Amino acid sequence: MTMAFSANLLFDLEQMFQYQFMQHAFEAGTLVAIIAGIVGYFVVLRRSSFAAHSLSHIGFAGAAGAVLFGISPVFGLLLFTSVGGVGMTVLGPRASHRDVQIGTVLAFMLGLGVLFISLYSGYATEAYSILFGEILGISSTDVLVTAIAGVIILSIVAVVYRPLLFASLDEDVAEAKGLHMHALGIIFMLLVALATSIAVQVVGVLLIFSLMVTPAAIAQRLANQPWRALTISVIVSLTATWLGLFVAFYEPYPVSFFITSIVFILYLLARLVYPKIRPQKAHQTGFHRITQGGQRTFLETKIVVAQHVNNSPGNVRIGY
Amino acid sequence: MTMKTIQSIESPEAVQRQIVTAENLSAGYPDKIVWRDASFSFDRGELVAIIGPNGAGKTTLFRLLLGLQQPISGTIKIFNEPPKRGNSRIGYVPQRHVIDSETNIECMELVHLAFCGHLWGFHLSSKIDRKAAFDALTAVGAAELAHQPLCDLSGGELQRIFLAEALVSKPDILLLDEPLSSLDIRRAKELVQLVDSVVRSRNVTALLVAHDINPLLPYLDKVVYIANGKVAIGKPQDVLTSERLSALYDVHVEVIRDSRGNVAIIGIEDSVQADE
Repeated sequence: MTMAFSANLLFDLEQMFQYQFMQHAFEAGTLVAIIAGIVGYFVVLRRSSFAAHSLSHIGFAGAAGAVLFGISPVFGLLLFTSVGGVGMTVLGPRASHRDVQIGTVLAFMLGLGVLFISLYSGYATEAYSILFGEILGISSTDVLVTAIAGVIILSIVAVVYRPLLFASLDEDVAEAKGLHMHALGIIFMLLVALATSIAVQVVGVLLIFSLMVTPAAIAQRLANQPWRALTISVIVSLTATWLGLFVAFYEPYPVSFFITSIVFILYLLARLVYPKIRPQKAHQTGFHRITQGGQRTFLETKIVVAQHVNNSPGNVRIGY
Repeated sequence: MTMKTIQSIESPEAVQRQIVTAENLSAGYPDKIVWRDASFSFDRGELVAIIGPNGAGKTTLFRLLLGLQQPISGTIKIFNEPPKRGNSRIGYVPQRHVIDSETNIECMELVHLAFCGHLWGFHLSSKIDRKAAFDALTAVGAAELAHQPLCDLSGGELQRIFLAEALVSKPDILLLDEPLSSLDIRRAKELVQLVDSVVRSRNVTALLVAHDINPLLPYLDKVVYIANGKVAIGKPQDVLTSERLSALYDVHVEVIRDSRGNVAIIGIEDSVQADE
């Protein structure tokens, strides 16, 4: 497919959305980008990117099995990633020392995937689309399934938001406060399993990092408050998905290539350029907003401190 | 039930004062008892040091109080009840060495979560929660660190943030596990002074696990010495004597004091190695 790109963006988009496959691609892509951006933030915060990576590979085995038995790959994905995720958590209860357990479960389930593929004769195109995503071939049923999964994921995140954040930041204190690390670990892995299963349609199992990990990693560099980081993470994955789809409409190369490239460029910018242009003391002015109720403003405080320094002969404790 | 009748005979003030009581307490694991037969009580507003060699069971005492571990025998009570998990009247600072250099989260968020992180659902901008977090940071003199990322802090600053995290739920007792271990002497003294001022101004009890008792000595109300499966408890000048420790451990122990009042305990930790 070769379409001519014109300078009139509105016209381009109008032309693009005349194709139903592009509509579906944008709908599913948007849903997946939002979900991956949010779940990905917790993945990065918990340092569980190996788990996310492994779950997507385990999902490949599940999808291969589903194709073999003639059912929709998404069900195989869901089944295998959920079982795999719970298995990893049960075998390695502490999130920070789970690498070996994850690798063990991963290897076993990938072995199953190899078996399924060898049993299935016409695997080449199916396997390719599971590995690298096939967002341009999404049906309206797929969009519906993605939307339902998205609502489920976002509802769970909304409920466990604070405990999961607390447990991810400070496991020991959270446990002492009565939170159940094991239950939260399982809920988190199920979230990742669900998110991975639907993200596979867009970028495939091999490239899941580009939507689940890299946007959140960028966000974590740009913001130190969870809500801001979550917002940035979603914006980055949305930008990459939309831009990737847009470019791929005009170029004969795979969408997932464009998405991963855009994410990578944004990551490089966040790593190399952002530290040089970052506002140095921006975070220090933020907290004065809190003290404003009946207190001095930042400027007033500065003046008062300056007066103290000027007037008093002895030691002055400079504070607000 | 028998415990209750015994306590009701005691004066009500004494019961009110007592934050922690233990009788004939043995702790550890079914296959390995760490220490046995300890009886003690900590009162409201006391600063208590828990010292002893590695692996002697200092953290075990905290796990018992937090309800994360059950006693092997004997009883332990906190606020006149058996310990239970998730007690909001306890502020806990676990033993920790580093914050990952990638953890770009502002300090205030950690303290904020210690206040409301156990609640389900989310609350976008609760003024009460954020004020509680800010007040806790102010109490430890870390208000200006509120929006600094955790990964940028020095060891001393981090310990102050952890203390704020423990204080935010307005606890009646603080359990501080080796807060001084990664600090130089000056920072350690500053932190002990801070803990002392918190204990006095808020009338809370603080149990502080430490390797070196010397930075703590001027402020202590009680010392708990745990080694070789035994526990010695009392005022520092009573417990930290050659006679008392020699009698308890049945080995020759020397407690040496220098001209500045620093204490060195010699003999117990060597004998552990000799036993094994």
